[in-house]
Amino acid sequence: MTDLAWMEAAMIAARPQALGALLRYFRDLDTAEEAFQDACLRALTAWPKNGPPRDPTAWLILVGRNAALDGARRRARQAPLPAEEILSDLDDAETPLADRLDDSHYRDDVLRLLFMCCHPDLPATQQIALALRIVSGLSVKEIARAFLVSEAAMEQRITRAKARIADADIPFEPPGTVERAERLAAVAAMIYLVFNEGYSAGAGSPRGELCGEAIRLARLLLRLFPTEPEIMGLVALMLLNHARAAARFDQTGEAILLEDQDRGLWDGKLIAEGLALVDKAMRHRRPGPYQVQAAIAALHARASEARDTDWAGIDALYAALERLQPSPVVTLNRAVAVGKLRGPEAALAMIEPLAPRLAGYFHFFGAKGAFLLQLGRKDEAREAFDRAIALAQRPAEAAHIRRHLDRLLRESAPPSGEG
Amino acid sequence: MRYAILCYHDEDVVWSWSKEQDQAVMSRLNTIRERLTKAGKLGPSLRLLPTTSATTLRKSEEPPLVIDGPFAETKEQLLGFYIIDVADLDEALAVARELAAANPGGAYEIRPVAVYNPDERSGAGS
Repeated sequence: MTDLAWMEAAMIAARPQALGALLRYFRDLDTAEEAFQDACLRALTAWPKNGPPRDPTAWLILVGRNAALDGARRRARQAPLPAEEILSDLDDAETPLADRLDDSHYRDDVLRLLFMCCHPDLPATQQIALALRIVSGLSVKEIARAFLVSEAAMEQRITRAKARIADADIPFEPPGTVERAERLAAVAAMIYLVFNEGYSAGAGSPRGELCGEAIRLARLLLRLFPTEPEIMGLVALMLLNHARAAARFDQTGEAILLEDQDRGLWDGKLIAEGLALVDKAMRHRRPGPYQVQAAIAALHARASEARDTDWAGIDALYAALERLQPSPVVTLNRAVAVGKLRGPEAALAMIEPLAPRLAGYFHFFGAKGAFLLQLGRKDEAREAFDRAIALAQRPAEAAHIRRHLDRLLRESAPPSGEG
Repeated sequence: MRYAILCYHDEDVVWSWSKEQDQAVMSRLNTIRERLTKAGKLGPSLRLLPTTSATTLRKSEEPPLVIDGPFAETKEQLLGFYIIDVADLDEALAVARELAAANPGGAYEIRPVAVYNPDERSGAGS
């Protein structure tokens, strides 16, 4: 347990709670971060020497708090600034080490940290950057690499976000019930964005690690709201999608369609946890978009072979999702299920009305081409595939469509010699 | 004497292990399991999913109340257990020490088994 890697894992696990407690003491994000870093540095020498503490989180909070107080006292002696400016809780400072961390603060501390990162004044990009930096503890370099921007640009993004939070003068009291529900939805949305950044990149890329981080954040959120079905749905949705990571791309990095994936490569443990959470969420009978999407992913996960997929169930769930969260993309996804159930003609009829709104959407033309191909309308299919390639945002997407086109060309070529 | 070795750990820490760390622990534990199995000393063992996936049935009310989450909110959670069949507490502790060396952090509770009903489904345990 005093091995460097194990100590790091303990520090990563302790971070949200420790940082949240330090933020409560100092009411300043930078001071809290410095205090936590200081404590981690001291842990690296103290833990191997004295053995790991029984409660690493409490240790990091107390040592971090004392270190920051020492620093503030030293600064106070040099410059005659009132220390109270920085320290809201001076009386508390002398609390003996034996006085363990108060667990009742746990929920509010971590929640304050998450809510702060998802402050409504911050644009989504800043919320994500801040959450990964503050709550997850990723380095600026790691976050910059994940979002394909320079380190300097990411540093600036985080600094701006912090400045905005400082200006916003956020109250430190936990928010009321209504505000809490709104802010919870914002945190959930932020986490899902982090996940999708990683998911679209795939497991092989450094961005793929964002999936694991999003799941860790969502589990943390579920610990804070253990009876909230939408949060169960969010965790389940991400687990069930992430479970397919090893099967989603071939060795050349090309995407493999769900129905062509080697289901033996799916992660059974993640699926089991996802299915358990879907079951738990359903009992509440308060459906929401994350739960319905998780239920769709669950039906895919339950099919041991692609041909066993419960397309009728998926069609019904997409219909529910259309009601909860109407969007042409949802209808497009539903059309795939309809195509399996009632054939390509019905699917095509379903997506035709979406054309004006999805005129710039790669997947619309990919799906349209596939339906047309099934109907044998090859020229129209080729036209749709060409549009899809023009709209592809990643080489892998274009390559995938090109494979369809190649097959189309081969099949429609004039019969050769033996014909 | 049969003992249950109940595995407790802070699940936040365990879920913060990298995949490599987790696999390293599991493979070290597997080595111990194989040896105990060969010696005829190991019964069923299992690892539980996180407590967020748990549901609790509170029997103190009529009808019993279904609650999301584990029975008790604790700093360290029950994450799995082993059933072992050994001579005495000393030997049970020796097994627990061996497991502890392979799996950093947390604690093992060694608890004698009063009633043991083996899995009698056909083909179970394979």
